[in-house]
Formats: sequence, structure tokens, C-alpha cells
Amino acid sequence: MSRLTACIDAVKAANRKVLIPYLVAGDPDADTTVALMHQLVSDGADVIELGMPFSDPSSDGAIIQLGAERALRQGTGLQTVFGIVSSFRTSNQTTPIVLMGYLNPLEAIGYDSFVTQAADAGADGILIVDLPVSEAQSLLALTRPRNLDMIFLVAPTTTESRLNAICENSSGYIYYVSLKGVTGAAIIDTGEIGARVSALRQRTDLPIVVGFGIKDTASANAMAAISDGVIVGSALVQKIGELTESGKRDATAIGDSTALIKQIRLSLDA
Amino acid sequence: MSALETVVPGAAPGTVPDTIASTGQDQFSGPDVHGHFGQYGGVFVGETLMAAVEELDQVYRKLSKEPSFWQAFDHDMKHYVGRPSPLYYAERLSKKFGGAKIVLKREDLNHTGAHKINNTIGQALLAKYMGKPRIIAETGAGQHGVASATVAARLGLECHVYMGAEDVQRQSANVYRMKLMGANVIPVTSGSRTLKDALNEALRDWATNVDNTYYIIGTVAGPHPYPMLVRDFQAIIGREARAQSLQEYGRLPDALVACVGGGSNAIGLFHPFLRDSDVAIYGVEAGGDGVETGRHAAPLSAGKPGVLHGNRTYVMSDANGQIMETHSVSAGLDYPGVGPEHAWLKDIGRANYVSVTDTEALDAFRMLCRLEGIIPALESAHGLAYACKLAATMRPDQFIVVNLSGRGDKDIHTVAKIDGITV
Repeated sequence: MSRLTACIDAVKAANRKVLIPYLVAGDPDADTTVALMHQLVSDGADVIELGMPFSDPSSDGAIIQLGAERALRQGTGLQTVFGIVSSFRTSNQTTPIVLMGYLNPLEAIGYDSFVTQAADAGADGILIVDLPVSEAQSLLALTRPRNLDMIFLVAPTTTESRLNAICENSSGYIYYVSLKGVTGAAIIDTGEIGARVSALRQRTDLPIVVGFGIKDTASANAMAAISDGVIVGSALVQKIGELTESGKRDATAIGDSTALIKQIRLSLDA
Repeated sequence: MSALETVVPGAAPGTVPDTIASTGQDQFSGPDVHGHFGQYGGVFVGETLMAAVEELDQVYRKLSKEPSFWQAFDHDMKHYVGRPSPLYYAERLSKKFGGAKIVLKREDLNHTGAHKINNTIGQALLAKYMGKPRIIAETGAGQHGVASATVAARLGLECHVYMGAEDVQRQSANVYRMKLMGANVIPVTSGSRTLKDALNEALRDWATNVDNTYYIIGTVAGPHPYPMLVRDFQAIIGREARAQSLQEYGRLPDALVACVGGGSNAIGLFHPFLRDSDVAIYGVEAGGDGVETGRHAAPLSAGKPGVLHGNRTYVMSDANGQIMETHSVSAGLDYPGVGPEHAWLKDIGRANYVSVTDTEALDAFRMLCRLEGIIPALESAHGLAYACKLAATMRPDQFIVVNLSGRGDKDIHTVAKIDGITV
């Protein structure tokens, strides 16, 4: 069993909701990203999605694009990302890390090299937003032997025939996209999302977590009520962006930037 | 009916063009059902867009087999666009180089001044069939934006055009044209503020408004089925050029030359000739300051395979896989990727891809103005510049067809600025 599956199983067994913050590797810099990850764990994160910055993040909204641009200005590349994961792993061997990004950086270094280095660094899952299941077979053939989970998105527009293929090829969890749009947009219809997640539940035993548009305790509670947990990205990246503006990197500033995750944890557990 | 019309395919109304995709006949009948040209092409978009892309594929596969669809297309090509476009022998230009005849396929004479309208007319038919009231488009030089605004006005559709903020500056005349036709032009300030960023924004808009929006991609890139269907609409260029060559010269050309940004005018000219193995094919990329300087927009000449904007193709990216900023005097060629069919044609050796610099393109621009009384688009001037070099190495009894893909009215401010003149 992968570290990711074991972790989520344990959270569910304790009758809790999974909380997954997303942050961009290298934003505001590599060392601070490691500090932020540890802070997120102490704030109550169960899993961390670590964004691999890309120059052309066409599925993301402006907030995450700006986060990626800040990281790229620091010279963040895949080697930086792997370095952040290994550094985090020196003092945390339990919190699963999912690397999330776009395909071209993997194409540049080669899938084999990417999978080997990601696994060696201590990553647990991979989510490539512009890699649909139909094009993912060569990457899946490499991730399975290394026990890396491949996570795929399910969107409100996903058709029946695609749902089957996604459920068959996913492991770790299913990332349910709450809305039609890009990261950071606003959730409109909680009821419809609930119905879709329930329908998805009939097809898979995998945990279903909801992301896109979760920005406060209210939206987190609403989405957690209909799923196994939530992913919080843009709202956190926005706060982390303030570290670049202020230039501060001390423990207080880092704690302030992740305060939302702590609030959501408390709210989910209440 | 004129003599020309009788030999130009499409003149027999409602003929399904024999270049229509995926007939499985031979290697040039691709892409396969998943949109692959060899290892290139495919579908690489976020899950939210997958259903829309699959629906478009199904709709196009159905419609493209129906004669009535091509009847409507051919009708608009003739009566609205003004096709067929002439094949014009540029005699003074040819004589200057003393080699092969340089013959221009005059796409610049189309309504709206470029080949882009061939594609937007076709895609507008798809949008109408699919009942989408809102269209979006990305644009670099503004030609595709104008062509999209044009078809939107004609069909009464809401139209939003994403354009890099830098391109809004350098192509202000086209911005105004779009506005005149009722389109909303949205300057894109993210990333490098050029065509690739406009494409990102259009993809974001599409994901957000996927229920009521049709995305008219302007080139043979993007996820399948776009590279296939845009090619099929643009292939009218090559079908006409092939028939016109046979009629006027009694044989096929010795070579074809076209500029390649995303590559829609080029594939449109090339595709109907792919099986004619004696016809040499040259795609000309934007060399900018020179490919060796790194300041260029020539992914086929100096890039490597990767994934950008929905397809696998040659891209300009750094060692970390980040997309590099490109440079070209021509906004329409200023793009770090290229259509996947070109990537495949390069690999199998059927087409040759070369580049010319900004300076060479500007020289060709001026030469065509002075010698032939034609102001070409700076994009097209790239093809022309290479054709002049090529012609000089060939015999006078040979001929080259160059795709003069657009007219240069939109570029006069750019050229004047280089000359130190304010127009």
C-alpha cells in the first residue's frame, strides 16, 4: 500500500476529512517552501500537493500563475522541486506529497528520469493536469512499479465513458473539480457538486476530494460534507505571495501565511 | 463559369474534398482516431475541456462527410471570401534572381486580407451547427482575430478575442477592425504578453464558459481535432494551387514555400501535394535575429519535441521544460510551438523546415513592394525571402509556388518604425 493510500485510509478511519493544501514549489524560494510544508503539516494538512511551476499554466487562474512566475524567477526547475521533497523528507517521513504540474517539464527531462527522481526524492503521487488518461499509459507504466500514485481530475463536464477510464487508472484519490473554470474561481452550486460526487462514489472505492474554488472555512465545510476532503490552492498561494512582497521569511510570517489551513482544519474537525 | 472554376475542386458544389482526414488510405491520410501524426498531436488539455474536444471531434467527423457541409463552405468561399485566389507569376521578382519562376498564391486578396478567413468560415459553420452563441479566439498579428470577428458579425454571434498586450500595441489597426465588427478585444498581460499567452487565456475562458462557447483556434495547433479540421479548411489553398498549376503550367510546381508560425497557411498549401513526391516542400520559420542568437521563433529548426497548448509537437523550451519567449518582427510567427503535422512531416523528411531572419524578411517585403506592387504581410515575407534564395539555385524552366498568405497593410507601422518614420 502506498504512503498516500495508508494516510487517507487512516484519516477516514478516524472519521476525519482529508485536508490537502497546494503550494507552488520555489514560491517565494526553495528553503521557504520546505518551511511552509512543515508549517502546513503542523497546521493539520494530511497530504501536500506541491506545484511544479510551469510557464504556461493554462488550467490555472491568475493567482497560481503569479505564484508560478515568482517561483520561476527564483530559477525553480524540476531539480529544485526534487530537492524540496528530499529536504522535507529528512524530518518528515509520513506526510504524503503529490507533485502537481504540467507535462512539458516531464517531456524535457524524460518520463523515466522524472519518475525515478520523484520516487527517490520521496514523492508519493503525480498529478499532471494536461495529461488525460488516454495519453497517460506510458507514464503509468513507469509510476506503477515505483508505487507512485497517479491522480486524475474528474470535472463537471466529464462524460460517463471517461469516468470509467479515469477510475480504472487512478490510485491514491480522485480529484473532483468543483466547477467549470480554472483554479481560484468561485463555487456556485454546492447541491449539484454533491450529486455528482455521489454518482462518482457509485463507481469507485477511491477517496474523492474536491478542489477548485475552496477559499474559506465555509466553502471547505460545504465541500467536505459531500466528499472525503478538500484541496485548498489559490487562497493559500495568494497568502504565500505576500511573503515575496514583504520579504519576510521568519516563523511568524510563515505561520501567518498558512493560517487559513489551520482555520480550515479546526473547522473541519469541529 | 470561368475556365478556372471548372478545374478548381470545390467548383463542383458539395464535393467532399479528398484530403479529408483519417481515411486510412496511406501515411498522409492522418491523423489517427486519437489525433496522432506519428508521435505528435493528440489531446493534452485539462479534464474540464475533454468533453468539449471530444464533442467537436464527433461533430466534425460527421459533418465533414456530408456534401451539404462542403457545399455551404464552398459557397462562402466563392461569394464571401472571393475565392479562388489567383496564382500570380511575379515576373520582375523572378527575373531579378534569374532562376526558377516565383509564383504567388494570392491569399492576400481574400476578404479580410489573409488565409485566416478560410478557417474561420469553416469553424463558424461548426459553431452554428453546435448551437454555440458565443465564440472566442486568440490572435497574434490580429488576422485571425479579424477573421473571427468577421464571421461572428455575419452570424450574429458574441465574439471575444484574446490578444497579447504587446501585440495589441504593434497591431493597433487590426484591433480597431475587430472592434468595428463588434468584437470584444481582451489584452492579455500575463506571461510574455504575446500569442502563447493569448492562447492560455482563451483556454481558460473556454474551460469557464464551455457550455455556450465555441473556441475558434486560428492555427493547426491545439488539441485534436483542431490540427485536422483547421488543415482541412485551409487545404482549399493547396487544392486550388494544384489545379491552377496544372491548368496554367501544365504540370505541378517544382517546389512549394510557405511561412510557418503555427503553420496553418503552410499546411493548407502543402497538404494536397504531400503525395506528389516530386514536389519539394519548404516551410519557413521566423529566424528573428538569427537562430544561432537564440532570439527567434523557430521550434522546428531549433526546438525539441514537447507538449504545449494541447498537442505534442516541437516546442521552444529550456532544459527545465519551461516555454521560452520568442522573437520575431512578425507578430503572427511569434509562437514557440508549431502544428503537430509539421513536426511529423519534418521527422519523416517529406517537408524541409528552414528559417529566415527579420532582416531577410524585411528585405523581401520591400522587394515585393517595389518590383511587383504588392505589399505582403511580414509573415508571408518570410516565405518569400526563402523562395528568392531557392529560386536562384533553380532553372528558369522550373517554378515555385509561394503562399502569399496575407497582405501587409497591418504591418506598415512596424516597417515605418524600423525605417524611423512615423506614419
